[in-house]
Amino acid sequence: MLKVDAKQHQSQLTRNRLPRFALLAVLFPAAIAAAAAATLIGFNVVLWMVFTAVLFVIGAWLITLLVEGSRHAGNRMIRYVVYGAFILALIPLVSVIWTVLERGLPGLTSNFLWTSMSGVTGAVDNRTVAEGTPVLGGAYHAIVGTLQISLVATLISVPIGLMSAIYLVEYGTGGPLSRAITFFVDVMTGIPSIVAGLFAAALFGMVFGPATRTGFVAAVALSVLMIPVVVRSTEEMLRIVPNELREASYALGVRKWRTITKVVIPTAISGIASGVTLAIARVVGETAPILVTAGFATSINWNVFSGWMASLPTFIYYQIRTPTSPTNVEPSDQRAWAAALILILFVMLLNLAARLIARFFAPRTGR
Amino acid sequence: MSKRISVKDLNVFYGDFKAVEDVTLDIAPRSVTAFIGPSGCGKSTFLRTLNRMHEVIPGARVEGDVLLDGDNLYGPGVDPVTVRSRIGMVFQRANPFPTMSIRDNVLAGVKLNNKRISSSDADDLVERSLRGANLWKEVKDRLQKPGSGLSGGQQQRLCIARAIAVEPEVILMDEPCSALDPISTMAIEDLIAELEKDYTVVIVTHNMQQAARVSERTAFFNIAGAGEPGRLIEYSDTTDIFNNPREKSTEDYVSGRFG
Ligand SMILES: Nc1ncnc2c1ncn2[C@@H]1O[C@H](COP(=O)(O)OP(=O)(O)O)[C@@H](O)[C@H]1O
Ligand SMILES: [Mg+2]
Repeated sequence: MLKVDAKQHQSQLTRNRLPRFALLAVLFPAAIAAAAAATLIGFNVVLWMVFTAVLFVIGAWLITLLVEGSRHAGNRMIRYVVYGAFILALIPLVSVIWTVLERGLPGLTSNFLWTSMSGVTGAVDNRTVAEGTPVLGGAYHAIVGTLQISLVATLISVPIGLMSAIYLVEYGTGGPLSRAITFFVDVMTGIPSIVAGLFAAALFGMVFGPATRTGFVAAVALSVLMIPVVVRSTEEMLRIVPNELREASYALGVRKWRTITKVVIPTAISGIASGVTLAIARVVGETAPILVTAGFATSINWNVFSGWMASLPTFIYYQIRTPTSPTNVEPSDQRAWAAALILILFVMLLNLAARLIARFFAPRTGR
Repeated sequence: MSKRISVKDLNVFYGDFKAVEDVTLDIAPRSVTAFIGPSGCGKSTFLRTLNRMHEVIPGARVEGDVLLDGDNLYGPGVDPVTVRSRIGMVFQRANPFPTMSIRDNVLAGVKLNNKRISSSDADDLVERSLRGANLWKEVKDRLQKPGSGLSGGQQQRLCIARAIAVEPEVILMDEPCSALDPISTMAIEDLIAELEKDYTVVIVTHNMQQAARVSERTAFFNIAGAGEPGRLIEYSDTTDIFNNPREKSTEDYVSGRFG
């Protein structure tokens, strides 16, 4: 008796829904109308797409309102607004990557990677342009410099940052010292990078005589920028280690310091490591502090403790500001963009490394 | 191996707040002693003073004496780390180390202290401790897997194995079954009956049937009201606490009239 014919029965729980093709039926007229509107002003693809989007959103909202009701219409509207915001946020990112790839790739040759600028003069560039031969000279010295300076800066700031964070989380109990550290870390976070550079330059100037410029001074300047980032991220990671694990360790008769090094830090290591990696990525593109601390060089310098040293950002800066050949700037331009590409790749690799590190060290779960 | 605990005139504080007042009691070796009482009456707080875990909390302090076979835990020159390696503890929520395998969790007390141990001795210790915790059969084929992949009841037994691997004289348990299902609870109760042969066991429990099942002696704690310190109301044989308590409030509590 209660057997219901599925076709005739209309569920009391469902309401009118738009079929999927309805949105396509809105999209096509919107695109056509947008094309017409765009032509009135002067057709270009971007304008056409923007008009299409606007008309489509209005149309979709209208038919949803008519068929499905105001709640669904509101939902649809907000959803499109969120998509739009997402696309807007993506535009600068994509266009930066695109521009750097487009202009940097032609210059990214093995010659560029493995030679420095020593011996490459304006005359060389002029000849290259005149004869149409491949651009000579490269960023080997700058890559070497950036790697050395970043490495030394990391070696300085990781122990200091890690120890400070351990003090703040495990030992400081809101006393004056831990409040002072927190305050100074906050202040350091806001220091403009050029000031950090001037500080390091002045410090070494005082001790080793004026105008002491070496890779090491630059590393110190970068550490000033890195330390607060390392402290902050490590502190956060240590704080989310559950107290229960510390207590479990104490209850086994394990000392506090061992508990920290063998239980707390291993539990937080993935977050700490990726925080450090991101801190490196944050300073690797600094230009101003390196200019005033390491100066600039056109040849390879393997010694961070003596002599001026090039880095990728300063290399780019000089290639653009003072092209090697003032009359033929194209080779310098190409070198600058290729160096920019390397710098971006470097930062991307660091981000990737941070993720891999996080995954690799993450506490294992599952059976 | 198993030892007697004597508590004398113990007051326990969190900063200025007195959480437990004036407790004096004696815990016999090779026995199971249960602490019962309503929430917030200071059972956990008191239990943690028995292996100097209380002072881990900032501002927390203790007045009075706790003697382990006559040696005062709070005497001058006593290292809390030594105390904790002789008086083990199992917590309310199972807390295996997430970065370690099952085997390493059992060996944690040894390895974290950088003690040297040959790998055959380590194998023995792992097997002995896991057998002692009634977990060996279930995990012997996956000792290298992470401890956090076990079920709640298995994790709690892993924590017990970890505690007995340090070879303590006393084992303290703070509501070890409160997060577990009835089957796992039964496994742990059986285990407590086993542990009693070698250790002095003290267990805090919310479950009066459990206290009646596993313990010989029971201590009933109570508070007069919020903000008041908890006190030891009555301490005697478990059968007496449940069948003819001396105090009115004990009777009210065990008969389920409050708490
Ligand atoms: N970490 C702490 N800091 C301050 N007060 C606490 C802390 N832990 C417990 N207390 C207080 O001590 C009293 C006893 O708590 P607790 O020992 O946990 O009770 P029980 O285990 O019997 O439920 C309660 O009033 C509680 O609020
Ligand atoms: Mg409790």
